[in-house]
Amino acid sequence: MTATSDWRAEPESFVFSDENKAKIEMIVAKYPDGRQASAVLPLLDLAQRQAGGWLPRVAIEHVAEVLGMAPIRVQEVVSFYTMLHDKPVGRHVVWVCTNISCMLRGSDEVLEACEAVTGVKLGQTTEDGMFTLREQECLGACCNAPMVQIDDDYYEDLTAETTTAVLDAFKRGEIPKPGSQSGRHTSEPENGLTTLKDTQGGDS
Amino acid sequence: MPKVTIDGREIEVEAGLTILQAAERLGIEIPRFCYHDRLSIAGNCRMCLVEVEKAPKPIASCAWPVAEGMVVRTRSEIATKARNGVMEFLLINHPLDCPICDQGGECDLQDQAMAYGRGFSRFGEHKRAVPVKTMGPLIRTYMTRCIHCTRCIRFATEIAGVPEMGALGRSEHMEITTYLEGALHSELSANVIDLCPVGALTSAPYAYVARPWELKKTESIDVMDAVGSNIRVDSRGPEVLRVLPRLNEEINEEWISDKTRYACDGLRHQRLDRPYVRRDGKLEEASWQEAFETIALRLQSLDGKKIAAIAGDLADCESMAALKDLMAGLGSSHLDCRQDGAKLDPVNAAGWRFNTTIAGIEQADALLMVGTNPRWEGALVNARIRKRWLRGGFPIGVIGEAHDLTYRYDHLGEGGDALRAVADGSHDFAKVLKDAERPMIVLGMGALTRSDGAAVLALARKIADETGMVVEGWIGFNVLHTAAARVGGLELGFVPGEGGRDVEGILAGAEGGEIEVVYLLGADEIDTARLEKAFVIYQGHHGDRGADCADVVLPGAAYTEKHALYVNTEGRAQRARLSHFPPGEAREDWKILRALSAALDKTLPYDTLEELRARLAQASPVFAAYDKVVPVAWGVFGTEGTLDAAPFATPIADFYRTDPISRASATMAECAAVIAPGPNNAQEKTGTDG
Repeated sequence: MTATSDWRAEPESFVFSDENKAKIEMIVAKYPDGRQASAVLPLLDLAQRQAGGWLPRVAIEHVAEVLGMAPIRVQEVVSFYTMLHDKPVGRHVVWVCTNISCMLRGSDEVLEACEAVTGVKLGQTTEDGMFTLREQECLGACCNAPMVQIDDDYYEDLTAETTTAVLDAFKRGEIPKPGSQSGRHTSEPENGLTTLKDTQGGDS
Repeated sequence: MPKVTIDGREIEVEAGLTILQAAERLGIEIPRFCYHDRLSIAGNCRMCLVEVEKAPKPIASCAWPVAEGMVVRTRSEIATKARNGVMEFLLINHPLDCPICDQGGECDLQDQAMAYGRGFSRFGEHKRAVPVKTMGPLIRTYMTRCIHCTRCIRFATEIAGVPEMGALGRSEHMEITTYLEGALHSELSANVIDLCPVGALTSAPYAYVARPWELKKTESIDVMDAVGSNIRVDSRGPEVLRVLPRLNEEINEEWISDKTRYACDGLRHQRLDRPYVRRDGKLEEASWQEAFETIALRLQSLDGKKIAAIAGDLADCESMAALKDLMAGLGSSHLDCRQDGAKLDPVNAAGWRFNTTIAGIEQADALLMVGTNPRWEGALVNARIRKRWLRGGFPIGVIGEAHDLTYRYDHLGEGGDALRAVADGSHDFAKVLKDAERPMIVLGMGALTRSDGAAVLALARKIADETGMVVEGWIGFNVLHTAAARVGGLELGFVPGEGGRDVEGILAGAEGGEIEVVYLLGADEIDTARLEKAFVIYQGHHGDRGADCADVVLPGAAYTEKHALYVNTEGRAQRARLSHFPPGEAREDWKILRALSAALDKTLPYDTLEELRARLAQASPVFAAYDKVVPVAWGVFGTEGTLDAAPFATPIADFYRTDPISRASATMAECAAVIAPGPNNAQEKTGTDG
């Protein structure tokens, strides 16, 4: 891990890569003529991934230009959705769910573990640009509470220890296996199935 | 047509009308913040909730279309209770700073809180606070007061055509802002101040200046362009503190341009408040008596043919008529009101008017614009063109400079060649005009002030004739003027008489010595260096170019300081009214000319404004029909000739500073520095340049 200072810098220009340009053509073609603006969300997602996890001003303006929108309209969309960032974020964005189910199942300890490993508080980014820590309302995985979302994946059934292990793996440059960290399969009961034991998946 | 019952009264309205609009027909007012007649419906403030029978809960009447048999109650317990609740929520985050808020006394929220508010707050938590936003030199923001009605966003996007405002964030964190907190690049930007129902957007130049109830309100007419916007002048003592729009569906609807609104501080600076006489090369203060005596001495036994007069862009009709009569008395026929040298043909009124009328643009179905940037030359004409364009089916062609006009158009070319191509049918746009039922052409001063202006005028008339722009009840030929005085001057014949010289002739004569005395009635937009040899009398209200070169300065009144007639570009005579008296020794302009005529022993035959207006009414029926457009007959005008291929140039270099008043305005100077690049700036094109 190298301490870099330029992860916060605003790039001077942004143009979609050739690979993304091909994708954009396919995305925009899904919408009727004159309704290209509907493609703003997928394009912003592409732009965010290409620009390094966040949307600098030049990227917003480029998306606006590609779709024939006013830049402010695109900025409105960016500011509306939490998954789009208009300020620099770390390489990994850690969303800690602190809503009721996770809270009852111990999200406080998970959050404490996150803060301990990263050394930053909620809403902050580590100096080296590795992690950004964010609080998130219910992510809809209550049956596996408590959980966090890191980048595109859910890490569920966490404890302080497993949370630390997951984040340490990210620190080492690995991507740990997403899903339940307690060993259970998806959201099946912890002590094994209690019903539907005699059916194979999909059979009735 | 559905029949509905509102508060026990039945009304039949066309389908598609909302409950709120239907109620308005019955004279029932439903409170609202976000709804506005001229903007799209947002339905987000919820203040207009009403009770509708069989509906499970109160309904937002601004966004709910009427249906057959609907029974609406706007003042029932349910409706009132719902509004009380909405008001309580609106006030949760609204600061209690009415005593220091500029909107106080004319605030929708304040007024409606009186009717629906609780009188105390049950909210014990912290209130939301939002940082102040920058929106340029005209709009002062205090965003904590914002109630998120989004009227300003809708105005910028829909009416002004500059989608630069938006709402960032969501729910409690939503904030209204311009893109990157820049100034709004529109000539109509300050209208968002009027639209704002609270004190979030207030007037920056007027900040903490006055309370609405201390102001004297005078209904008047604007002279910053030739549109003739209806305005209300708010003054206190001898100062105009602000200018607001007045509703006139025919002209400006309820908007005015930023120049109309904010050039008023120019009325306080650079004023001529006493007569001056040049002695030993220096202008020295003098009395009216001395000034008149100096003029009388100079004119003594001077042949009338050596005297000339030029009327400026802000001259009122009364003073032009008086000056014309005085010149006739002196035996001179050298007079002109076209100080920019526009080759307008004074033979036929149809040839110099905006015949379609501004409201008539909405009936047109094709438009050709030649040598004009309506955004700068008549911002509200441009707003009307955009309004028509938004409805669709309105092809627009432009010959001249390609500016961002806030709508899409075909750029047909830059100069005379393109116009010739449309005229002889070789350009496709000729067919568009021919196929249209109500096509129109707009000629700007950029096309007429050139040496081939008369030929452009004739060719435009030919296009009008050949593409069917002149049919029963429709004249599609239009001239968009930039000077408030111009049409009035043409209507009363302030043009060279028999053997008379036009502006160019007068200036050349002054250089050559054939013209010895030049009377400038507020004429500042001429090359005054060419008047060096002549004896110049300048009558006007600002110490600008004209006064600089004058030998005698007679201080007149600005448009807010006199009862005067102005004829707008459509040929509509409107009355400006006196809001306060001119400063110092300055006098109303026609009175100066009347007094001077007596001093010269050529006494004019009118002693009152009424008598002078009767004289005007004789000159043209236009001056007898206030606020109306008197129809004219189509005719022949212009002189056929060859056209120069050079591009038509826009006559306005700086929208914010076009006349002595706006040049004296500090606010306009600031706008010019911050916003001016606007449509001329290539980098800021928004993709609407065709």
